[in-house]
Amino acid sequence: MTLTMGGAHRPGATRQSGAADTSGAAARAVDVWKVYGSGEAEVAALRGVSVGLERGRYTAIMGPSGSGKSTLMHCLAGLDSVTRGEVYVGDTLITGLGDRGLTDLRRDKVGFIFQQFNLLPTLTAEENILLPLSIAGRKPDRQWYDTVIDTVGLRDRLRHRPTQLSGGQQQRVACARALVSRPDVIFADEPTGNLDSRSGAEVLGFLRNSVRQFGQTIVMVTHDANAASYADRVIFLADGQIVDELREPTAEAVLDTMKNLDTMAAVA
Amino acid sequence: MLRATLKSVLSRKLRLVLSGLAVVLGVMFVSGAFVLTDTLGRSFDSLFAGVYAGTDVAVTAKPAVAGVDSGERPTNLPADLVAKVRSVPGVATATGVAQADGARVIGGNGKVVTTMGAPRLGTNWTGTSDLVQLREGRGPQAADEIAVNAALAKAAGIKVGDRVGVLTLQPKKTFTLVGIFGYSGDRDSIGGSMFVAFTEPVAQELMLGAKGTYSSIDVTAAPGQSPEKVRDAVRAEVGGGYEVKTGKELQAATVDSFRQGLSFFNNILLGFAGVALFVGVFLILNTFSIIVAQRTRELALMRAVGASRRQMIGAVLVEAAAIGLVASVVGLAAGIGVGAGLAYVFGHVGGTDLPLASIGVPAAAVIGAFGVGLVVTLVAALLPALRASRIPPVAALQEAATPDRPLTKITVAGGLMSAAGATVGGYGLSGKAGDSTMWLIMAGVLVSFIGVALLTPVLARPVVSVLGRLFSWSVPGKLGRLNSGRNPRRTAITAAALMVGLALITGVNVILSSVTATLHKQGDTLVKADLIVSGEQMAEMPPTFDPAVLDKMRGIPGVRDVAGEYYDRATLNGQGWGVDVVTDLPAMARMFPLNAKEGSIGPLGPDQLAIDEAHAKILNLHAGSTVTVQLSRGAPHTMTVAAVLAKNDVFNSIMLSPSVVGDLRVPQPSWAYVRVVPGADVAAVRAQIDRLLADSPEVNVTDRSGYIQQQTKQFDAVLMMIQVLLALAILIAVLGIVNTLALSVLERTRELGLLRAIGLRRGQVMRMVTVESVVISVFGALLGLAVGCGLGAAVVRALRSEGITSLALPWSQMGVYLVLAGVVGVVAAVLPAVRAARINVLGAIAHE
Repeated sequence: MTLTMGGAHRPGATRQSGAADTSGAAARAVDVWKVYGSGEAEVAALRGVSVGLERGRYTAIMGPSGSGKSTLMHCLAGLDSVTRGEVYVGDTLITGLGDRGLTDLRRDKVGFIFQQFNLLPTLTAEENILLPLSIAGRKPDRQWYDTVIDTVGLRDRLRHRPTQLSGGQQQRVACARALVSRPDVIFADEPTGNLDSRSGAEVLGFLRNSVRQFGQTIVMVTHDANAASYADRVIFLADGQIVDELREPTAEAVLDTMKNLDTMAAVA
Repeated sequence: MLRATLKSVLSRKLRLVLSGLAVVLGVMFVSGAFVLTDTLGRSFDSLFAGVYAGTDVAVTAKPAVAGVDSGERPTNLPADLVAKVRSVPGVATATGVAQADGARVIGGNGKVVTTMGAPRLGTNWTGTSDLVQLREGRGPQAADEIAVNAALAKAAGIKVGDRVGVLTLQPKKTFTLVGIFGYSGDRDSIGGSMFVAFTEPVAQELMLGAKGTYSSIDVTAAPGQSPEKVRDAVRAEVGGGYEVKTGKELQAATVDSFRQGLSFFNNILLGFAGVALFVGVFLILNTFSIIVAQRTRELALMRAVGASRRQMIGAVLVEAAAIGLVASVVGLAAGIGVGAGLAYVFGHVGGTDLPLASIGVPAAAVIGAFGVGLVVTLVAALLPALRASRIPPVAALQEAATPDRPLTKITVAGGLMSAAGATVGGYGLSGKAGDSTMWLIMAGVLVSFIGVALLTPVLARPVVSVLGRLFSWSVPGKLGRLNSGRNPRRTAITAAALMVGLALITGVNVILSSVTATLHKQGDTLVKADLIVSGEQMAEMPPTFDPAVLDKMRGIPGVRDVAGEYYDRATLNGQGWGVDVVTDLPAMARMFPLNAKEGSIGPLGPDQLAIDEAHAKILNLHAGSTVTVQLSRGAPHTMTVAAVLAKNDVFNSIMLSPSVVGDLRVPQPSWAYVRVVPGADVAAVRAQIDRLLADSPEVNVTDRSGYIQQQTKQFDAVLMMIQVLLALAILIAVLGIVNTLALSVLERTRELGLLRAIGLRRGQVMRMVTVESVVISVFGALLGLAVGCGLGAAVVRALRSEGITSLALPWSQMGVYLVLAGVVGVVAAVLPAVRAARINVLGAIAHE
């Protein structure tokens, strides 16, 4: 896929009008472009994406591989810079922040759950959970910490090191770490990609609970329709643009939409 | 397989560079040493070329005292021998030469001109020749005139017409400089030696101590006569009491002695190169171990697709050989450069102007470079290669995590090796091993080092965790500490490399400071002299002063006792010994307290001597026995033992009666000891003695502690030299830290990405790596200090019989080393830390 900037807009692009009112969002992108390379070798991963991620909601970003869904998440999370457009986390404009500003933003306002290698092998589960707070030099809110630990069900595993935990337990530690600092938004990048279906369901259920019970904002990138069905809202990306959106999705609806996208891609 | 391996080497250039660098440095040192000594050797050859050009044959007397160099301390030839030699058929000319070492010129700044070990010769002016050429003025004609060689004139800062003070066998005499001469080939000096030319009678009196005598006779052969034939004819004429040699033989002997000095020097350099390479082995071993661990999956895959164990070992060894080969080539080239640079420095240091021969690369340098480079690399890679071959094919399918292997085996081996090393070294130190003492001690130290290195992994955990607590106040510090304790073997080997160099430095330091402490303690408790006159001994003979000063000191108000001490070598019952002449034995006995074991201590009468217990035992002497003493001059004396002295902690010697002073080579005292009456003003007495010594610039007067400081001053130079030479070993160890950190950073890319993603700042990442580095380097330093103290203490213990009774640990120096190790840790961390901070977060965390 070698699309150049200023290439023809596809009809589906108009469907993102629903996300126009983005004020009060936990994080939002305004006309974001991400372009790699230059001249002949230019590749646009994001092509004018505008999206608001509502507070206290569980949003999934889906799309075929190469659609730009991971790039969008990286840009929203302050892991990557945008070529054009603006990104806000809370009310902070993060576009143009230096490395240090972005680092502190990720530390204080953002939580992360990656697919794997989430934990430092040298630290115990507890130390891993408290790591972002320790880095910031902040004391954990004891009550909240206890709530989180009990919710993820890790109280008897706190002194263990990651190598002594199962994959599902490791991901739950990562979830606890993301939650414990009460970030504005948690980004989860294929959090169940490496888990068996039972552990995966546990983690997904836990993420949905933290949205329902604690009002946490979560954004999850996934290509698994079943995982996406746990979300309140699913945003579909194709070719670097938002092409569709579902609210209160079921796994079937997600699958249907994905099939449609594939058909559209085939037609294009 | 070979192609795959070579490709893998080339694709990891950083790894190649880092592991190769240690070999490069070691090889550089080895080949540099060879190139340096070869170049200097050939430079000396040409330097001495033509020195004996005008001399076909030379006649000298056999030395009166065994073990004395006849060139510098000649025995006199009678004047009529010149005529006798001249009459030998085939002899064209025979010139008497009155020349000896010990003509010390007082320079323009009032200080005595010194050389870097080359002699300061006084001679009779025999006119210009093919070799000797006047540059300015003329030769000396009157008794108070001298000419000097250009090197001396430059060093002393004197010019024709100046009045110049010269110390000889006699106290300071002043002369007018009338001429400056140089040598063929526009040389200012020959081998750095300094020459003062007097008129013949003056040279005879001042340099040889007797008029009408010569030190040697230079003979030229008549045309058509071969030097060898003339030599034999002269030898037949003068008889067996003389040495007769051709100019060629003399030249070869001179060059030989210089070459011997050079080869000694070469061996020292090679010794230090050996230490550097030994440390290099640690570095390479560690690098290959880490690489093998990191490539477990790749290697297992190769096994899975059918590579044999032998091929796995081969793959690692071929990689090692490739690195060794490249490093040897680079090291050899660098060594040639370093050798050339050092040769230039040696040629131009301290006023010596050595015209350098062209830089040569002897075969030894090339063979040494490639031998050492390849062998060291292959030896170091052997263990990792074996480990690679043991990787099971199934590892390709498993998680890359390498389980902690138990440390039991390695610890037991380390304990055994340490014990073996200590035993061997201890036996060497006990002095029972005779000729192989040195080898045993070195082997003991080497084996102990390996033993301790093997023990380090077990020590690493507790020590690192204690050390790390110092840095744990911040999250990056804590993470760094945890990282350094993560792989005890890796941390241990890296630290052990630093240990080796520091242990040697610390060991030497402990020995020197123990000797200093012993001297101070003895000075304070045992020596009763209040003031001591002495000089800094630079050559075989100690500096001297005017004997008249001794009498004048006795006249100073407040002085109670004065004892003067002369030094020379003498033959006692056929054996060569250093002997003293003591002006006032009872006074001397009060200075150190000396006690008689046999006989009694009183003023020594003519041809009497007092001797310490140990010497008396060797020579089998008792009070009342007689002994034949041959001094530098005159006939043998039959001397009677007046007293055998009990063993003393400070002063043990053979002391001769003042009646024989005239037969010493230099009839001037070298030391004087002064006691003042109780309550007298020591400072005032000292000031007066200072004035008396105005014409003896080579000596000064100090109190006891000043004297001891003067004696121990040279230790600083020794220590400095050892530190400089071991700096290379430490540099290699630092490279090892850089290497370990760089590879660890590479290995932990993902973790670093995660840390950055969840909010660790770049600065904090750098701090984390720095803490890890400092923990490793301080751990290594602690090990080095501990092992060095043990080493030093063992040597000091062994030296107890030599009178070294105090063990002093150089705490402040050790503190400095520890701090420096911390600094080294910070410096070593710079590059890996920057690399870690620059890690691309997205690249590191993105899943495949």
